[in-house]
Amino acid sequence: MNAMSPQTVREHGLTDEEYNRILKLMDREPNLVELGIFSVMWSEHCSYKSTRAHLRRLPTKAPHVLQGPGENAGVIDIGDGDAAIFKMESHNHPSFIEPYQGAATGVGGIMRDVFTMGARPIAMMNALRFGAPDHPKTRHLVSGVVRGIGGYGNCMGVPIVGGEVNFHRSYNGNILVNAMCVGLARADRIFNSAAKGVGNPVVYVGSKTGRDGIHGATMASAEFSEDSEEKRPTVQVGDPFTEKLLLEACLELMATDAIVAIQDMGAAGLTSSSAEMASKGGSGFELNLDHVPTREEGMSAYEMMLSESQERMLVILKPGSERAAERIFRKWELDFAVIGITTDTGHLVVKHKGQVVADIPAHALSEEAPIYERPYRKASAPAPLPFNAFDPSRSIAQSLQKLIAIPDLASRRWVWEQYDYSVMADTVQSPGGDAAVVRVHGTNKGLAISTDVTPRYCKSDAFEGAKQAVAECWRNITAVGAKPLAITDNLNFGNPEKQEVMGEIVASVDGIAEACRALDFPVISGNCSLYNETNGEAILPTPAIGGVGLLADVHRMATSAFKRSGDAILLVGETSGHLGQSLYLREIEGREEGPPPPVDLAAEKRNGDFVRGLIEGARVNAVHDVSDGGLLVTIAEMAMAAGFGADVVLPKIAAGPVPAAFGEDQARYVVTASQKEADRILAEAKAARVPATSIGRTGGSKITIVGAQSVAVSALVNAHESWFPHYMEGELPPSA
Amino acid sequence: MKSAVVVFPASNCDRDAAVALEQVAGEKPKMVWHGDSELPPVDLIVLPGGFSYGDYLRCGAMAAQSHIMRDVKKKAEQGVAVLGICNGFQVLTETGLLPGALMRNANLKFACRPVGIVVEETQSKFSRRYNKGEVVHFPVAHGDGNYFADDDTLDCLEGENRVVFRYAEGDNPNGSARNIAGILNEKRNVLGLMPHPERVCDPLLGGTDGTRLFKSLVEALS
Repeated sequence: MNAMSPQTVREHGLTDEEYNRILKLMDREPNLVELGIFSVMWSEHCSYKSTRAHLRRLPTKAPHVLQGPGENAGVIDIGDGDAAIFKMESHNHPSFIEPYQGAATGVGGIMRDVFTMGARPIAMMNALRFGAPDHPKTRHLVSGVVRGIGGYGNCMGVPIVGGEVNFHRSYNGNILVNAMCVGLARADRIFNSAAKGVGNPVVYVGSKTGRDGIHGATMASAEFSEDSEEKRPTVQVGDPFTEKLLLEACLELMATDAIVAIQDMGAAGLTSSSAEMASKGGSGFELNLDHVPTREEGMSAYEMMLSESQERMLVILKPGSERAAERIFRKWELDFAVIGITTDTGHLVVKHKGQVVADIPAHALSEEAPIYERPYRKASAPAPLPFNAFDPSRSIAQSLQKLIAIPDLASRRWVWEQYDYSVMADTVQSPGGDAAVVRVHGTNKGLAISTDVTPRYCKSDAFEGAKQAVAECWRNITAVGAKPLAITDNLNFGNPEKQEVMGEIVASVDGIAEACRALDFPVISGNCSLYNETNGEAILPTPAIGGVGLLADVHRMATSAFKRSGDAILLVGETSGHLGQSLYLREIEGREEGPPPPVDLAAEKRNGDFVRGLIEGARVNAVHDVSDGGLLVTIAEMAMAAGFGADVVLPKIAAGPVPAAFGEDQARYVVTASQKEADRILAEAKAARVPATSIGRTGGSKITIVGAQSVAVSALVNAHESWFPHYMEGELPPSA
Repeated sequence: MKSAVVVFPASNCDRDAAVALEQVAGEKPKMVWHGDSELPPVDLIVLPGGFSYGDYLRCGAMAAQSHIMRDVKKKAEQGVAVLGICNGFQVLTETGLLPGALMRNANLKFACRPVGIVVEETQSKFSRRYNKGEVVHFPVAHGDGNYFADDDTLDCLEGENRVVFRYAEGDNPNGSARNIAGILNEKRNVLGLMPHPERVCDPLLGGTDGTRLFKSLVEALS
């Protein structure tokens, strides 16, 4: 074997130091196959080399956590022997290059992460960030991503119940597609990936291996430049039909007693699944690539080991169970091939055409990747908002009507109606509410799910912004009446080799950790996506949080629509009128300035627990959390969902009516109740030291701001519902 | 009422149909694999929603060629009731058990939402518990529900009162001819419809308008 040229090493995305580390671990020069294997396993995408040292600071334990980070997905106990399994993962780079397939395979990948643990997927969410609406590519990317998610998810028959869609110019060259999957399993039937034991057959099931997606993980670990389009061949192609068969076949096999370990072949394909399984199990693998089912002839060992063809799994069976297992996969018309055996060598040994083509210590691949304590610089605190940052004389009603139709607040109906959100007949809260709720099949329990982050807050103050993301997720789950249990996080950032980006990462991890600890909301799984930069321009820091909560009885679930006229409207939580980084300031005054709203985690907990108690006691008729756009937008959303209006008395605060209407102070909820009940609630709130005030009454066809103007609910609905379809049809000037 | 639900590869509403059937009929349906050659003796055969064989060819075209469909056809000709929902409707048109075809939605987008459905015909095993002209709400969830047939066929369907369900005026999600949502065969024992009655048999899921379809069948077939 020839000595590796420095150029070949560089083309594999490895630095000189990393290559020297490989030489030391191998005690010799790697051959090209081995170099390829190292390059994907040590890529940022697979190894978390820039973030691993920091992620350790996240709280991951709680009595209800059955499996924390480190497996394919995290697992929580939801009582009665049931377990919820979930994770969120990015498919950002491929989705920018080829939106349909990039998004589709993102959905497929996260579903495999969940069903490989023994769960049937029961809900999906997607947190999507696109560039400015008037960027020439945005419409095409929105269209392709939404079609791709729908095309894959709808075929799988797993309801897609919500998520986020936001627009900001910082994503012009790097969109974010973060897909979350939640599955359901029996707590005593969870499968993991540790390939323990010697002499067990290593079995390949699913689709055949093709030449697609080779070096996808490496591609996802580098910045984009002008030529990113040329990377299209690194994007995988999804086949949801095969995935559906694979899901059913795996669950059928899991009902037997045949499996030692199982893992999907995701990023870095056969390489990462075999290296990780062997390393975790303390075993070795001997693989014979001659038995790998391939889509085309003449594939080299290099290509087979690095292919990221989709819909494939690696299963370690108990010896003697091969026949019964094969029968299941043949029934579902899937490939099934014994391609190797577990050994006690600790090495991943790969044979092809009678030759040993790779022989690497498995732990060197999955555990010995370099861990970088990259230098970082924390941003200085944002300057306070100047007192004259807004014009107090502007019409509040007109601003409301404008805000409700901006790209970041307009109805996402255009998106969610392309997703089958009601299949499986357990979706008890459809998209559009604070959190989606799916019933645990055959029970009265429900899982509440929400994804959240406000990247403009994170850009201004990464620590407070990350706290806010966790707090808002917790609040959304609380607002439907569920008890928040755990989160998965999807950390999307720019190039970690830049000190300011690394500073954002470090501060975000600290912010998440602090909020999770305060709210008893541990992190059980997650994913990092770095190098989201094009031509040196980084995205806004976007630590997306996906949370799951448990609703003991779905009949006691709250929704945000007003239920009847004449109800009292109560605001729970303190209003100071914080306009820094608010949508009002950005959209009405054209200023992206100031610090984000501070998050008082003790207040979050106190106010949220109070509101959840009201819902559990069936004392409130409608509940909605206050977030983007502030109080008046919240009330407008409740009115639009109901089809009737309200009279609103804005809280009297020193900052004046505009900040009272549109400030984005945290830890707040709007609830409605009968007047009698409302009086009791206010008295109890006072006793519990929870700020709560009466701010109006439901009814009428308008939102009337008492002492100011009014706006018809029908006009709001029209503005709110029009933006997305009109934009996608190209009917509006995109900046409207 | 004894029933069977056929499971094609990538059927995905098979469980939903079985749950609704069991809830209304009080008896679990038999789940029948597409590769089987014969159905058990039943009063009702359900072809569920989903993406049979991935629907990479025309929707339902591959499923129409599957083993079990030969027996479904035979049983349908013998008068056994057959209900095709969504993908099941597409399979029924592809096998020729129902006339016409289901094309891509007119706006080329998948559509998932509740829609208003007018019950046009109550003289059938499938709809006797509804009132003629009543508007009910069923969800749709499909990308290919745009029913098409030539004018003679459409006239014939209407003349023989075989259009059981129509989308309410202004609420047609797919551009189907004459707002057609569900039709009967000539012998009136085969119904295909795009909307999903099995998803609205529980007040928690946004309504119970679908229950009466299954109750009609229980009443007619027990």
